[in-house]
Amino acid sequence: MQRSKTDVWVGMLVLLGAAALLFLALQSANLLSVNWQKTYAVSALFDNIGGLKKQAPVKSAGVVVGRVQEIRFDDKNFQAQVILAMDQQYQFPKDSALKILTSGLLGEQYIGIEAGADTVNLKDGDRLQSTQSAVVLENLISRFLYDKAAAPSVQPGGH
Amino acid sequence: MNVVAHIGAATRAWLADVGHATALFVRLVLLAPACLRRFGLVRDHMHFLGNYSLAIISVSGLFVGFVLALQGYNTLQRFGSASALGMLVALSLVRELGPVISALLFTGRAGTSLTAEIGLMKAGEQLSAMEMMAIDPVQRILAPRFWAGVLVVPILGAIFSAVGIIGGWLVGVVMIGVDAGSFWGQMRDGVDVWADVGNGVIKTLVFGFTVSFIALRQGYEAQPTPDGVARATTRTVVMASLTVLALDFVLTALMFKL
Repeated sequence: MQRSKTDVWVGMLVLLGAAALLFLALQSANLLSVNWQKTYAVSALFDNIGGLKKQAPVKSAGVVVGRVQEIRFDDKNFQAQVILAMDQQYQFPKDSALKILTSGLLGEQYIGIEAGADTVNLKDGDRLQSTQSAVVLENLISRFLYDKAAAPSVQPGGH
Repeated sequence: MNVVAHIGAATRAWLADVGHATALFVRLVLLAPACLRRFGLVRDHMHFLGNYSLAIISVSGLFVGFVLALQGYNTLQRFGSASALGMLVALSLVRELGPVISALLFTGRAGTSLTAEIGLMKAGEQLSAMEMMAIDPVQRILAPRFWAGVLVVPILGAIFSAVGIIGGWLVGVVMIGVDAGSFWGQMRDGVDVWADVGNGVIKTLVFGFTVSFIALRQGYEAQPTPDGVARATTRTVVMASLTVLALDFVLTALMFKL
């Protein structure tokens, strides 16, 4: 096949496009940090997950150790069932505790995992028992107002 | 009674138009193997449509990135989250601005020249002459240009987004002084390869089909007069731009669930 000058230029255009895509995939997106490595699934029931979303990080001591894989509603006990995909390289004791936390005052919500003391580690399909729900701002405010109204008001001045 | 007849005739003509356009589109798509067999033709048009659009695409991308970073910083720093600037710039570019603006620029830069070229070929009776020689103008003239356009628009869209992100980095990090680590880090956290970059590429592909087809059809159906070619070129820009924007809305609604 005959090679012409146009071939070179079009080849450069295609290469440039491929380089741009590679740049987008590696530099701006998370292709490298997408986990090709194995994960194990762990489930937990929460009374209230607040604004937790799929793909939210699971952090231990601030390090991402897994992600939220699935959020379902369990209509047997009316709780939210959250399935976490934990990185295979991080092992946690069976009695670890989960908490739904918020990064910053208005930031996104994530799950914090605190290691327990059990000698047996979590494995695929396990269910974590100890969970703490998301803090719902409305409940907090109403409890605050309720406490305020119930408490006897301190008389200023005194005798 | 006359009005009813008029409306009926207009509707019928419009329907016939849609049917005719669909037939042409299907023919062009089915001609893909024929184009692959003579890829030299497609390559020549990729050179014309792609390489010559490169300058306008990358310069526009750079400036769009500049402006996004300036405006984004202005808004984000009010909420004390200037560190999310990288994510803002990358998401806006990869999801929306990259595909849409590069499709609009491609319409103006290359779509118009396609329409004018084919319209003039028709006005000069070159297309009829080819038919006389038993050469199918749709296969020989339209299909290579169509497939060249379809292949080139995704390339241009990716280059636009990449250059735009570099532009955002230049203004955000180099000029304003947002922390480089959080600029790239937040970007990587917020942008997903398949959901954002992948869907952006699908969008540009759809826009490539749309713009190339509209430009070619307007040229092919143009009145074979100077006035007719002028009108066809105008219609290409108007129709392609509107279709791209409307399709973008539909695609966004389909791809990015709330």
